[in-house]
Amino acid sequence: MKELNIENLHITVGEQEIVRGLTLRVPRGEVHALMGPNGSGKSTLAKVLAGHPDYQVSAGKVLIDGENLLELEPDERARRGLFMAFQYPSEIPGVTIANFLRAALQSRLPEGKELEATDYYAKLYEKIELLGMDRSFTSRAVNEGFSGGEKKRTEILQLAMLEPKYAVLDETDSGLDIDALKTVAHGVNSLRCPDLGILLITHYQRLLNYIIPDHVHVMVAGRIVRSGRKELALELEERGYDWAREGSAEPAFR
Amino acid sequence: MKTETSAVNIDRSKGDFFYPEAHVRDAGIGLSEKTVHYIADVKEDPDWVREYRLRGLKTFLEKPLPTHWASKDLEAIDFNKIRYYLSPGTEPKRSWEEVPDDIKRTFERLGIPEQERKFLAGVEAQFDSEAVYSNIKKAVGEQGVIFVGSREGLKNYPEIFRKWFGKVIPIADNKFSALNSAVFSGGSFIYVPPGVKVKHPLQAYFRINAENFGQFERTLIIADEGSEVTYMEGCTAPKFNTPTLHSAVVELIALKGAKIQYITVQNWASNVFNLVTKRGLAQENAEVKWIDCNIGSRLTMKYPSVIMKGRKARGEVLSIALANDGQHQDTGAKMIHAADETTSNIVSKSISIGKGRATYRGLVHVPKHLKHCKNNTECDALLINATSRTDTYPAITVRGTGNAVQHEASVSQVSAEQIFYMQQRGLTEAQAMSLSVNGFVNDLVRQFPMEYSVELKRLIELEMEGSVG
Ligand SMILES: Nc1ncnc2c1ncn2[C@@H]1O[C@H](COP(=O)(O)OP(=O)(O)OP(=O)(O)O)[C@@H](O)[C@H]1O
Ligand SMILES: [Mg+2]
Repeated sequence: MKELNIENLHITVGEQEIVRGLTLRVPRGEVHALMGPNGSGKSTLAKVLAGHPDYQVSAGKVLIDGENLLELEPDERARRGLFMAFQYPSEIPGVTIANFLRAALQSRLPEGKELEATDYYAKLYEKIELLGMDRSFTSRAVNEGFSGGEKKRTEILQLAMLEPKYAVLDETDSGLDIDALKTVAHGVNSLRCPDLGILLITHYQRLLNYIIPDHVHVMVAGRIVRSGRKELALELEERGYDWAREGSAEPAFR
Repeated sequence: MKTETSAVNIDRSKGDFFYPEAHVRDAGIGLSEKTVHYIADVKEDPDWVREYRLRGLKTFLEKPLPTHWASKDLEAIDFNKIRYYLSPGTEPKRSWEEVPDDIKRTFERLGIPEQERKFLAGVEAQFDSEAVYSNIKKAVGEQGVIFVGSREGLKNYPEIFRKWFGKVIPIADNKFSALNSAVFSGGSFIYVPPGVKVKHPLQAYFRINAENFGQFERTLIIADEGSEVTYMEGCTAPKFNTPTLHSAVVELIALKGAKIQYITVQNWASNVFNLVTKRGLAQENAEVKWIDCNIGSRLTMKYPSVIMKGRKARGEVLSIALANDGQHQDTGAKMIHAADETTSNIVSKSISIGKGRATYRGLVHVPKHLKHCKNNTECDALLINATSRTDTYPAITVRGTGNAVQHEASVSQVSAEQIFYMQQRGLTEAQAMSLSVNGFVNDLVRQFPMEYSVELKRLIELEMEGSVG
């Protein structure tokens, strides 16, 4: 069972229920796009998968390769192979990208084992090139003073370096100009492999022209209301969320 | 006094262990003229030093605790319960082989002999009141550099010693400088001849091993014209149940064109009162630079100062203070401009964790008649928890025109989102915190010698591990 398995997930913040019975399976090797209007709970889902302490899971479960994800600390989840590209990445003043990623990779090694510095830099520069960034970027502090687009690229750089089993990309395309969008899409595509499952959160069908998903899901008000193949995204663009919502009366499917 | 315990008491962190005491010279408990005479007798002080000590005692007793501006916690020090002098009664050794086994083991565990082999030009190791080891690399000694304990300095180089001793920091500077003047023992005496540039650092290591003890070292460094020297000091003590007192006086004299860099990594146990007076005098074109890192102690009060007495003299203080739960780091800097075209720079970074408290006190003084003086002051505070505290008291008095002062201060916080972000990449909460803290001090640490930045990073990691769940 190599998959990220979300079953009947309910998420609350305070009194408010934001995700209301969401079921979704992302097997390794597939790309699943998740679309939905503002405030439908996409980022909330992503953050809960990553273990954000602000949210409570009131019902349901999440399994990663058959293991209960929800009882793990955020860093344990990451080391088990879950990666999230943030919609709004944090700044880490004074910590360079190179040092940060080095520490992140080091944390995945068994105690007493040191990361090989030469191999590390070779890999870092290879990925930097893949994402059309300048090497000097790696000596800048993580996200500090970065433009919106630079932040998004840096998220994908981290994805490429950390080689997770599952990646949740939360609106990695928003704020990117068309050239940057192509580069980032190219970066993600080059990482696609049978070992990586991707959940791609986006508002724009445009991204899906470059990263072609295996499945598309539409989320409205904390639930998946429609699922389909890549054509669903086109149909959604044409018909809008009201059309998608109509489907929500039907029994849930994936 | 000898204790029966034969086993070593060990704890997690590197400095927290002690061996049973074996002191031959012991001034007993409490402070009186008798104590001062005992110390003067044991050390075979010349009369002028004995008198100096007695004046120190008198001033100490007259001066009130500075609790009207400083922490009330000072009242927790019971000066009548402290032991003011403890030593094995032997001269410092020139080789580690001759140092008594248990003391040697202490310094080996702290890594001192190893560092000496690797990158130091000389080492002095003080155990309680006196230096037990003191050695300088042959080549450095042959250049005429003197690096000995303060007692040996006084005995063998009386002219230089007396000329400068107590000239930068007078007895009555403050209550604790007066106390030090009364009971001082240990510390380093350094003289660098004109034009000699000592390439590698000289290191002193101060170790408190005894309970209820006060360590009062006295360091005097004279860099003659055009010379250069870097001095590093480290300090640790095991954590005892009763408070320990460390009250040093350090005087630096940089003659015309000389450069002195003085580096401290203070990692005292969390019940040490660390009340230290440090001041440098910079003559024409000379430079005094303090790099001051305070990680440990219960209360540290320390404001390294530079008096820029000659034209174009420079003063600098770069400091990092880390205040964990139950600690108060009250640190800062004083820059006294006393000549034209003098420049000073202060960069202070403090980190408060848990209920820790960091205070910055600065003083920059430029009198009216001076021209073309410059000061830059930057103090940044990082708060790790909502309960952490920081205060800044900068006092800048710049008179006259044509002098430039720049002052910047900031307070920032490590946010929960930032920690979550880092955890999402696989770092534990403690690793995330220590990386954030390292990031905060990074631009400053880059200016430190390599060996010290590595040491500092390790100490920060250790602190953060201890502070997170
Ligand atoms: N920590 C929080 N506290 C209170 N409300 C929250 C919190 N996080 C999310 N919400 C609310 O939950 C709802 C879903 O937010 P979420 O960010 O998940 O939406 P989204 O689908 O990602 O929207 P967008 O497309 O605009 O990014 C919103 O109404 C939001 O205000
Ligand atoms: Mg969102």
